[in-house]
Amino acid sequence: MAAEPLTEKEAIITVENLEYAYGDFKAVDGISFTVKKGEIFSFLGPNGAGKSTAINVLITLLALQKGKASVAGYDVTKDPQKVRESIGIVFQEITLDRDMTVWEILEFHGKLYSMPRTERRERIEELLTLVQLESKRDVRTKNLSGGMKRRLEIARGLMTRPIVLFLDEPTIGLDPQTRMRMWDYIKNVNKEGTTIFLTTHYMDEADQLSDQISIIDNGKIIISGTSWQLKNTLGQDIIYLETSDNDAAVQLLRTLPSVKDITKKPRGFLVSVHKDGTKVLPNIIEALRQSNISIDTVNLKKPSMDDVFVHYTGKEIRDDQPGKNGFISLRPGGS
Amino acid sequence: MNYGFANIYWRDMIRFVRFRTMLISSLLQPALWLAFFGIAMSSSFDSLMSGMPVPPGAHAVRYLTFMAAGIIAMTTLFTSLFGGMIILFDKNWGLMREILASPMPRDHVIIGIGLSGVTKSFIQAIIIMVFGILIGAGFFVGFSAVQITIAVVGILAFVAIFALGFLFLSAGIAVSMETPEGMQGIMTLLTMPIFFASNALYPLDAFPEFLKVLSTFNPMTLLINGIRYFAIGDDFVALGKHYVYTTSDILLSFSGLIVFALIMYAFARWRFNKAVVT
Repeated sequence: MAAEPLTEKEAIITVENLEYAYGDFKAVDGISFTVKKGEIFSFLGPNGAGKSTAINVLITLLALQKGKASVAGYDVTKDPQKVRESIGIVFQEITLDRDMTVWEILEFHGKLYSMPRTERRERIEELLTLVQLESKRDVRTKNLSGGMKRRLEIARGLMTRPIVLFLDEPTIGLDPQTRMRMWDYIKNVNKEGTTIFLTTHYMDEADQLSDQISIIDNGKIIISGTSWQLKNTLGQDIIYLETSDNDAAVQLLRTLPSVKDITKKPRGFLVSVHKDGTKVLPNIIEALRQSNISIDTVNLKKPSMDDVFVHYTGKEIRDDQPGKNGFISLRPGGS
Repeated sequence: MNYGFANIYWRDMIRFVRFRTMLISSLLQPALWLAFFGIAMSSSFDSLMSGMPVPPGAHAVRYLTFMAAGIIAMTTLFTSLFGGMIILFDKNWGLMREILASPMPRDHVIIGIGLSGVTKSFIQAIIIMVFGILIGAGFFVGFSAVQITIAVVGILAFVAIFALGFLFLSAGIAVSMETPEGMQGIMTLLTMPIFFASNALYPLDAFPEFLKVLSTFNPMTLLINGIRYFAIGDDFVALGKHYVYTTSDILLSFSGLIVFALIMYAFARWRFNKAVVT
């Protein structure tokens, strides 16, 4: 039962060579990472990459098959009960009872974790204020908007003052404005000291929120780092080109010393460069002109998380397929 | 001490009270059975049986009285078998992930659902008793106030154990199922033999031997024995058959129900511990 004591900035989640398979299909294929206290850590990856499976092992809803994992200092296999007491969870799908009121949802949750009555009632008031649902206290959840439901779920996840809050695709299906407000809530919660583990398939979400990002695809972690580090691995700037002969142009540009890497796109290609793109671009234009390749489109930008993702996985993130993250998905392991 | 089951109970009762149509229909349905089926069958059976001799010491009861006990059992059976449905809905669209990921032991879900189901069955049983007596069922005839109280408590005790058994069964099935349609199918399949291979509407005597054996051990029959003993008495004639219940008969029936409920509890526990909801 003895847990290793936690010191400041120490790892709060440690995962070593975690594997999880559904039959023959390896959803999580040997991942390792650590999350430090007070961080916002993101798993970024397409649907089906293994993010939810990994999260489900960490929150003890799925039994660990292979590898090691500990959360808040407790081993998920040896001390699942302690892990459960230390975490808060916001699931990928909405998991509210449509016919209970906002207040009842929180009250139920507090009782589920055996919180004493006074503490429970006080905490509900605090959280209703935090997520701005005071006026909805006695409204049944079926009458809430999508964003309100999510906020209620976040409040629920925070009821027990967890050490780690797990958020599985917290803004899925929300409109852009609501998503940005959700990010503010998440940042506020983090500021209060809660470590946050987040999965998302939205690049901008991972970019905006996280201290650390791990890109995951096909059950493997492809690269980890801060958003700044990840983007920097691609070079300073990215130039997008469409030309009259893309194949020839790519061959030609690969010979330029300032060019770091080239990624093909359907109608053109992306050139990442070592130096300031505004200085490199004239050279590129000149080189192409000399080879009689005409340029149809040119665009210069700083690398985004999209570019990082495409670079490392060789594909664009697949958008939501209908039903895949749907409300009634009954398949094991939503993604 | 963890009071998790009380939380599950509280939440299930909120839903029961909140769903007006479900609440009203679950209360009206048994009354309608009694009113239509009961009165119709009673008037034809009673005229057929009117000339039959009654042994000394026993008293003849109308068919309505006989089957009212069966209706209490039937209603309890239906309510209990569908009582676990909430778990299936929670699993697909509701709170089951939250509950299973919480530190609360899983058997508290089973116990909470069981207790709320028993509460619902109590309400229904009392309504049927009151309504039955109003339309002429001969329950508690010649009983003193004390005797009536004992009888009602006895009936409710039987109803409770029986309901728990089927609620556990229902919860165990629900947590293993994927769709409400599948669950509905299994429940319909179960209710038929349990209801008709029992002494709810007719005596067992005329059954073929194997069906008779089956029916004797049917929890439904055990429950109805208890209800008739407490509501009608230990010596009566109905549908031309002479019923005599001894105290040990009734204790045996009650023990049978307890064994049944314990087995179903073990089944539900096993299913819940195996359940994976992600």
